Amino acid sequence: MTTNANLATHSFDQILVLLVFLPVLSAIALIALHRAGWRLKRLISAVSVGILLLATIYLMVSGAGNTPQVYPMGDWPAPFGIVWVYDRLSGLMLLLTATLGVVSLTYAIATNEDHNGAHFHALFQAQLFGLNGAFLTGDVFNLFVFFEVLLLASYGLMLHGGGAARSKAGLHYMVINLVGSTLFLFAVGALYGVLGTLNLADLAVRIGLAPTSLYGVIAAASLMLFVVFAIKAAAFPLYLWLPGTYAETSAPVAALFAIMTKVGLYAMLRVHGTLFDTATAPASLVNLIGPWELWLGIMTLIMATLGVLAAMNLRRQVAYLILASVGTLLIALGVNTTESIEAALYYWIHTTLLSAGFFLLADIVRRSRGDDDWRIQPAMPRATLIGGLFFIYAMGMAGLPPLTGFFGKTMILHSVLGSPLMGAIFAVVLTTSVLLVIALARSGSTLFYRVDHQEQQVTAQTVSSFAWLAVFTPLILAAAMVIFALPLTGWLQNTSMQIKDTSVYIRQALDPAVSRLHTEEPKQPNPAHVSPHFPSVNQE
Amino acid sequence: MMSILFASLIGFLTAAGVFLSLRAQTFPVVLGLTLLSYAVNLFLFGMGRLKTDAAAVLGKSASYTDPLPQALVLTAIVIAFAMTAFVIVLALKTRAELGNDHVDGEDDASSNEQGGPSA
Repeated sequence: MTTNANLATHSFDQILVLLVFLPVLSAIALIALHRAGWRLKRLISAVSVGILLLATIYLMVSGAGNTPQVYPMGDWPAPFGIVWVYDRLSGLMLLLTATLGVVSLTYAIATNEDHNGAHFHALFQAQLFGLNGAFLTGDVFNLFVFFEVLLLASYGLMLHGGGAARSKAGLHYMVINLVGSTLFLFAVGALYGVLGTLNLADLAVRIGLAPTSLYGVIAAASLMLFVVFAIKAAAFPLYLWLPGTYAETSAPVAALFAIMTKVGLYAMLRVHGTLFDTATAPASLVNLIGPWELWLGIMTLIMATLGVLAAMNLRRQVAYLILASVGTLLIALGVNTTESIEAALYYWIHTTLLSAGFFLLADIVRRSRGDDDWRIQPAMPRATLIGGLFFIYAMGMAGLPPLTGFFGKTMILHSVLGSPLMGAIFAVVLTTSVLLVIALARSGSTLFYRVDHQEQQVTAQTVSSFAWLAVFTPLILAAAMVIFALPLTGWLQNTSMQIKDTSVYIRQALDPAVSRLHTEEPKQPNPAHVSPHFPSVNQE
Repeated sequence: MMSILFASLIGFLTAAGVFLSLRAQTFPVVLGLTLLSYAVNLFLFGMGRLKTDAAAVLGKSASYTDPLPQALVLTAIVIAFAMTAFVIVLALKTRAELGNDHVDGEDDASSNEQGGPSA
């Protein structure tokens, strides 16, 4: 490595630390200043989110993630210290989080939604802290800690604004996630008990070296982790918390939560992808969760489509649309080839952005119309604009051309060609797409065409122009994803290859020469080979 | 002997926790979650292997116990404590707002929340 490259990686490290600690410092400042004026609080929150967006864009453009960047916190070498890992997948998730943060904060400020409770901005920043930490950590226990941070912030955000229905949905959301956290700890404990490490890269190495007698425990612990991530991702049959939570919470929070189900999917890609890579893991464990992802994805997609058909208001329908996209993504992840992961990542960006925007649009419908259920109401003001936006969003979410949903689904279907379950996947994805189109067409005609001409609209609230900006931004980004599809898919293909080739990641994460220690004498030989803990497992 | 006692204690706590968290009132659910977190804390502790009369310090004696699970347990206890406090407050809030302590609220509340029938 040349000196220039060293300097460059040092500045990347500082940005990585900034991404995690800027939101938490903002959150602390916002709590300390909770009696200050709302202008100051909005300013702090907006500046923090703005810096996050610029920093993630900078990291993305600089190409820092082309090889995984490892930053050992406090210069303790992995696997003894805590490491942050930045690669293409983390970069993509951080950029998505920051984008959603900007969009939903803009909407919250534009509609004064942040005035409905005392600590909206502090909780919002804490949420970003948890998300960024979860996307950057290279350690299973820290993943647990950041999950708890983001969950605790999300409980507060979800309840923001109050109301009985919100509290009830919040209680369900919280209890299922507390059970999930307990399971997470059981799984982490079991993995540590048999393998003696919690660093992801180190775990992958040790699973490769583990004696056959431990495979049962490793598989059980990993499947328990899968259950935890499936709760977060809202996969069948653990999805029942999602529609209520997303439909009852306030619109900007629901928009930010569009990234929350992706945290579970990210964790599956990151943890199980690294632990059970073909290069390191024993052959009997490699395809441990693939079939589960595939079948649960198919079931989730079917149940979510039924939910979209049965939903009694627009917000609940959008919540089930998120669930449908989780099902589609799980199918693609379950097929687990470079092409299917590339397709999944394209669809992943599309669904995160558009479902966030769709929640905001549903809120505008609710504000303009008085309610967003299917009862006949007087005509809403600006019905042409809102209806036009609804039409575009609905096409995108259902997967009709020319928007990203169509290309995402086409890529996913193309990538499963030749898989043994091809017939089932094609049948389910295509049938559910038709049903989604029918359901959304019915909602659109009910909301915009079946109008009570006798009565005048009295409950309509005006929506400021910044709120419109927040609703338009995801569509503009989706349009850009179609126009620049070639460079984007090229980038995603490299990302997918990086995910599938974990040997580079493992080497970077465990090699002390790559850490900042490379200027000094390496204090530890490569710990994967001289573990004090590992031999003791064999004795017992 | 210690291992059997320890393992059956974890099993008993987990079984009681699962049973209670499947109840329909919020108070047993909160208690069940608390018992589950006790069980998992003991489980984590046991994952460092059970040793008596061994300090969690390297290099001071031949017999030492693994310090990492103790650090994990400490973190888990702090997090579980915060979560329990929060879920109790939330349970009290739903009790006040829904007028009962059933986890789903009243039957009326759950049907209203879906919105009226489509016209």
